[in-house]
Amino acid sequence: MANALAQHKPIDEALPRKTRMRLGRLLIYGPLCVMAALYLMPLWVMVVTSLKPLDEIYGGSFIGLPQTVTLEAWRAAWSEACIGTECTGLKPYFTNSLLMVIPAVVLSTGIGAINGYILTKWRFPGANFVFGLLLFGCFLPYQAILIPMARTLGLLGLAGSIPGLVFVHVAYGICFTTLFFRNFFVSLPDELTKAAMVDGAGFFRIFWSVILPTSIPIIVVSCIWQFTQIWNDFLFGVSFTSGGNSPMTVALNNIVNVTTGRKQYNVDMAAAMIAAIPTLLVYIIAGRYFVRGLTAGAVKG
Amino acid sequence: MNAAKSFSSRLAGWLPRIVVAPSLLVVIVTVYLFILWTGVISFTSSKFVPVYDFVGLEQFVRLWATPRWHTAVANLLIFSALFLSLSTGIGLLMAILLDQNIRAEGFLRAVYLYPMALSFIVTGTAWKWIMNPGLGIQKVVNELGWTSFTFDWITDPNMAIYTVVIAGVWQSSGFAMAIFLAGLRGIDNSVIKAAQIEGAGLPLIYRQIIIPMLRPAMLSVIVLLSYIAIKSFDLVLALTNGGPGSATELPSTFMFSATFRRNQMGVGAASAIMMLMTVAAIIVPYLYSELRERNNG
Repeated sequence: MANALAQHKPIDEALPRKTRMRLGRLLIYGPLCVMAALYLMPLWVMVVTSLKPLDEIYGGSFIGLPQTVTLEAWRAAWSEACIGTECTGLKPYFTNSLLMVIPAVVLSTGIGAINGYILTKWRFPGANFVFGLLLFGCFLPYQAILIPMARTLGLLGLAGSIPGLVFVHVAYGICFTTLFFRNFFVSLPDELTKAAMVDGAGFFRIFWSVILPTSIPIIVVSCIWQFTQIWNDFLFGVSFTSGGNSPMTVALNNIVNVTTGRKQYNVDMAAAMIAAIPTLLVYIIAGRYFVRGLTAGAVKG
Repeated sequence: MNAAKSFSSRLAGWLPRIVVAPSLLVVIVTVYLFILWTGVISFTSSKFVPVYDFVGLEQFVRLWATPRWHTAVANLLIFSALFLSLSTGIGLLMAILLDQNIRAEGFLRAVYLYPMALSFIVTGTAWKWIMNPGLGIQKVVNELGWTSFTFDWITDPNMAIYTVVIAGVWQSSGFAMAIFLAGLRGIDNSVIKAAQIEGAGLPLIYRQIIIPMLRPAMLSVIVLLSYIAIKSFDLVLALTNGGPGSATELPSTFMFSATFRRNQMGVGAASAIMMLMTVAAIIVPYLYSELRERNNG
């Protein structure tokens, strides 16, 4: 019966339509997969190169699987590689970056939260102008402030130090964090704060008990954005620190630009991976929030 | 007692302003006052340390008489034109393809966007290795049998700037994709349905209806990518270190090396001011229109 019905279908029409659909899908998936491969290639190359012994790198192809897998390059990058004249590996610089990134993220996110709260729930005359002033700070080409900042850090006694870098990252970070929190709080109903005010809650009380509990998602966005920006920063690190106080990115660049001896590409790639892993982990775990931070400057709040 | 109460209520009224004041002060000093300070230095004869004499536009004249600066400006034009058009084009194409109800969309999106999580130093290091003529792509293709294939752009002064474009596009086109995809998701499906009923094919619908509707997203992408292009510094430093020679110098690297390596602080400050003016010319109108739309909406 079913067969009989099926034979009534105009076969000559059904088939081409199906193949046309298939062809269309192929035209969609084909480019997408090719692009995905191209995007993954550098990561693949970094990982396989970092796992090869040096002889295999000079003898074999850069893209193929390692014949002998060794973690020697990772060990060298972590604890032996020379940065300038010091052969300590990346370990102390990794600590530097952590000591810089943790206070800077906490401070800039906290300050941004309270600024956003004020600019939306306690609006005062000129609040919009204040927001505009902060907003331009997000798009500042930092070359325009490098020289004065170097002088100021020197005057404050913070030149070349990690607290100095924390100060710089907080100062320019609050522009971004205020933007995030302001755009998030704008969509919270004002009734929320008004009701709390009727109940006698003050400025800080409302912030702690009413506003903060609703803002977990934007706190995550702000922390992730700040963490990625500060961890990946190179310009401030290379301009305001030297030697043992440098962050990871500066140390990585120094390892890679060593010109003496036989170039240890496997160590370079292991070092690059070590520098990349913290932000990659954050991206893999909380990619959704990462994208929100990324598009915050573009999508209307 | 009455006076005390009015004082405390007045204090409460001022509290928000008092709390926001320190951040505002920090931003006014570190952004606006520092810009002014850089501007002042650009009118002095500062070399190794700032000196506060006044030499007029001498440093700007010297800057524009420096061949290295001309290279940097020309490179910025080449780099931003290619970087912008390729990132926007690839980003738009990927966003449209991803928007066709496909399987594994989340995974593919994550793959296109992960380079944005990396430091430009990491990106530069990786691509420097991939494009190494002795051991990278060239060698692999040669060993596959195409022995005359050469890909030595990174060591060729005429082509090196294009290697910066390749690495930059790899890093940033996912960002364009994310913004376009957000824009596409915001378009009402009934528009497309209506056009399909009228008998329009998909390519026509995209060309005539959807892409024009992506205007706001397009504007955001172009503005934000221009900003990334102008401030590109770490990528060049890690990939080519401005070389071979000064072949991949950009204004950002020029400013850095003039100020911190060649003891020409005045010239460095003048180049920083040129960069700032370029960024401001793009960003200020954009922010103005975004803020105005927000307030109206």
